[in-house]
Amino acid sequence: MSEEFILETEGITKHFPGVLANDDVSIQIREGEIHSIIGENGAGKTTLMNIIYGIFRPDRGKIFYKGREVEINNPSTAISLGIGMVHQHFMLVPPFTVWENIILGREVLKRGVLDKDSVSEDLNKLMSDYRLSVPLEEKIEDLPVGICQKVELIKLLYRGAEVFILDEPTALLVPQEIEELFEILNNLKRQGKTIIFISHKLKEVLRISDRITVMRRGKVVGVLERDEADEEILARLMIGKTIEPPRIEIHERGEEILRLEDIKLSPRLKGINLKLYRGEILGLAGVEGNGQRELLEVITGLLAPDSGKVFYKDKEIERLDPRSVREIGIGFIPEDRQMTGLILDFSVAENIILGRHYKEPYTVNGRLNVPVIRDIANKIVNTYDIRTSSIDKYVRFLSGGNQQKVILGRELWSNPELLIASQPTRGLDIGATEMIHNILLSARKNGMAIILHSSDLDEIISLSDRIAVIYNGEIVSELSPKGIDETILGLYMTGARRD
Amino acid sequence: MIEGIFSLELLFSALRMSVPLAFASLGGVYSERGGVVNIALEGIMLMGAFGAVVGTYFTNNPWIGLLVAMLFGLIIALIHAVVSITFRINQIISGTALNMMATGLTTFLSRLIFQAAGSSPHIEGMTQWQFPGTSFKISPLIVIMILAVILSQIIIFKTRYGLRLRACGENPYAADSLGIDVIKIRYSGVIMSGILGGLGGAYLSLEHARVFVEGMTTGRGFIALAGMIFGRWTPVGSFSACFLFGLAEALRMRLEGFGIPTQFIQMIPYLVTMGVLIGVVGRAVAPAYDGIPFEK
Repeated sequence: MSEEFILETEGITKHFPGVLANDDVSIQIREGEIHSIIGENGAGKTTLMNIIYGIFRPDRGKIFYKGREVEINNPSTAISLGIGMVHQHFMLVPPFTVWENIILGREVLKRGVLDKDSVSEDLNKLMSDYRLSVPLEEKIEDLPVGICQKVELIKLLYRGAEVFILDEPTALLVPQEIEELFEILNNLKRQGKTIIFISHKLKEVLRISDRITVMRRGKVVGVLERDEADEEILARLMIGKTIEPPRIEIHERGEEILRLEDIKLSPRLKGINLKLYRGEILGLAGVEGNGQRELLEVITGLLAPDSGKVFYKDKEIERLDPRSVREIGIGFIPEDRQMTGLILDFSVAENIILGRHYKEPYTVNGRLNVPVIRDIANKIVNTYDIRTSSIDKYVRFLSGGNQQKVILGRELWSNPELLIASQPTRGLDIGATEMIHNILLSARKNGMAIILHSSDLDEIISLSDRIAVIYNGEIVSELSPKGIDETILGLYMTGARRD
Repeated sequence: MIEGIFSLELLFSALRMSVPLAFASLGGVYSERGGVVNIALEGIMLMGAFGAVVGTYFTNNPWIGLLVAMLFGLIIALIHAVVSITFRINQIISGTALNMMATGLTTFLSRLIFQAAGSSPHIEGMTQWQFPGTSFKISPLIVIMILAVILSQIIIFKTRYGLRLRACGENPYAADSLGIDVIKIRYSGVIMSGILGGLGGAYLSLEHARVFVEGMTTGRGFIALAGMIFGRWTPVGSFSACFLFGLAEALRMRLEGFGIPTQFIQMIPYLVTMGVLIGVVGRAVAPAYDGIPFEK
């Protein structure tokens, strides 16, 4: 094995029941490079990383570290070799302080108790060496995600990591935080560290990488130097076909359908004014926790505002309960599809009638009308191309994209005039995302008014007719998506700019 | 009448009443900080109360009785650990089953060993420790309890073990990713609850009643859990809460004989428990993974 590579895999193969997650995967990582591994959901990149990090054992194949074959049976072994991983969902203890999180598992003691002074000294030195600073005394639960990610990086540095695996590190960050992360990564690279960057966001990958490995369906389908790659080449390798950006037909918006007047809800909403028209998609952008969830829950009747009015077709609805809100023609796709959108241990058919289960024809004389329910469920499954072996299958066993299509089908089947879509494509792969975008666009074309709340700014910019930015409980700007980019949006989202 | 009820003696009485609760409550803190809900504390205490009498009865040495009490408590705790940590069975079900088992087992064994229904023969308690230069006497178990509270506060918040224990209750997956053996740590927390709960039961039979009476814990394991919640899962907080409950019980004893129907007076400790819990609902936050089995 060549000395040039710090980390290599040879013929890694891993089966899960019914899936070949990794099929003879060989990758080579050079020392001191930023190496991206890209692919759609289910391409096998996370499985591969979990194998390298010792969470899974491969069925076949070898791992070489610094030219030597190694056996990595658990994360501790990986860490002691010098391989560290930042998971997509942070592995932090929320009520612990930053320094407690960093030293956990590698504590320094003095007379039997934790030696905080010497720890702080070590950490301060580490932070100044790598120009990475975090507040050591604060609790994780009080810190934004960008800082938590830095804590994860310092955790690895503290353990002497040489190779940093970052799984979808930008998924939860706003543009300014992404900039900062890239600066940190370049800085680590200059200090001789090796970085493996897992992503499916092509723009970011092209900006940060030295080399790129592309995976598709468990196999490596290409290894490119940065200079040989562009978005089109990568996309074609990743999904095996070219993608078309969503095409939006320009058309006139219709009459006003929804009007919010000075909605206040302590402590999150501080006076929201907003209008929505038929046949338009209003993008709602904001950093998580600035009131967008509360705002959407006020409209859907889940929360009652302290003051202010919500007019739907000129009728006041802010005191209606969720069922009444649905009955007057408002559909809702909640942001957490598994927690609020679905009951995972109900079948596809049962989930499809939820929320309308009490009405005819689903219920007749207090009894569920099973033949009708099954018939409609089958129609929805066909219309929205929900991939499931049967409508009796628990939705738990459907993929994320198909779960989302169950919700979308349920909400659109009753032809709402207003649809509130919160994070409709979060965590979905390119294919499923494209399909959901097309469904939303065709609904808009038929005159539906849609509020699209998303943390994917690309999605907001490409789908919306108008963008409202929420910051600290207020709408700080209404923008046209034309000629706007993520950086400008980011300035409004972080409160750096307002109109 | 009022002067007769409220006095310094009332506070000492409250302290004595709080000992069994505080031990068990402290045990609950270890178990739940590690992420295992332990309602088997009631059964653990009962086994401890029984073990203390059995050990003392056969050896005439209350210190041996104390060891047997800890051992009996430990056995129940270990079953709870195996069932709920290793086999990931619902922790409430496991705890409920163990409580029922402890009631049956202690009653059966008590009748078998002592050849009498209802209660054991009377036994010698511990020699009280005398404060040097005074006539003031105190049970060694009170001293041990206070030391245990202080020591536990340090262990849980200042030591490596405590940090790891709390991590396993707040986010076992983070702990696991850092090479901490979550299963082992959770076992240790439950085992601590067995030992401490056993001691709490021992005080009831060995020091308080000097006899084992069937079912003598009468819900104190649950009151101890309430104390743990009121004390926000901290040793010192739990002790303070248990002292409050002890005060209620001491008051109850004093109020008997004042013409109020005893049935009402006997409700006092339980009413105080419920009142206190209603007062803290929503404000006390349990460890995030308390009661949730860890599965890799």
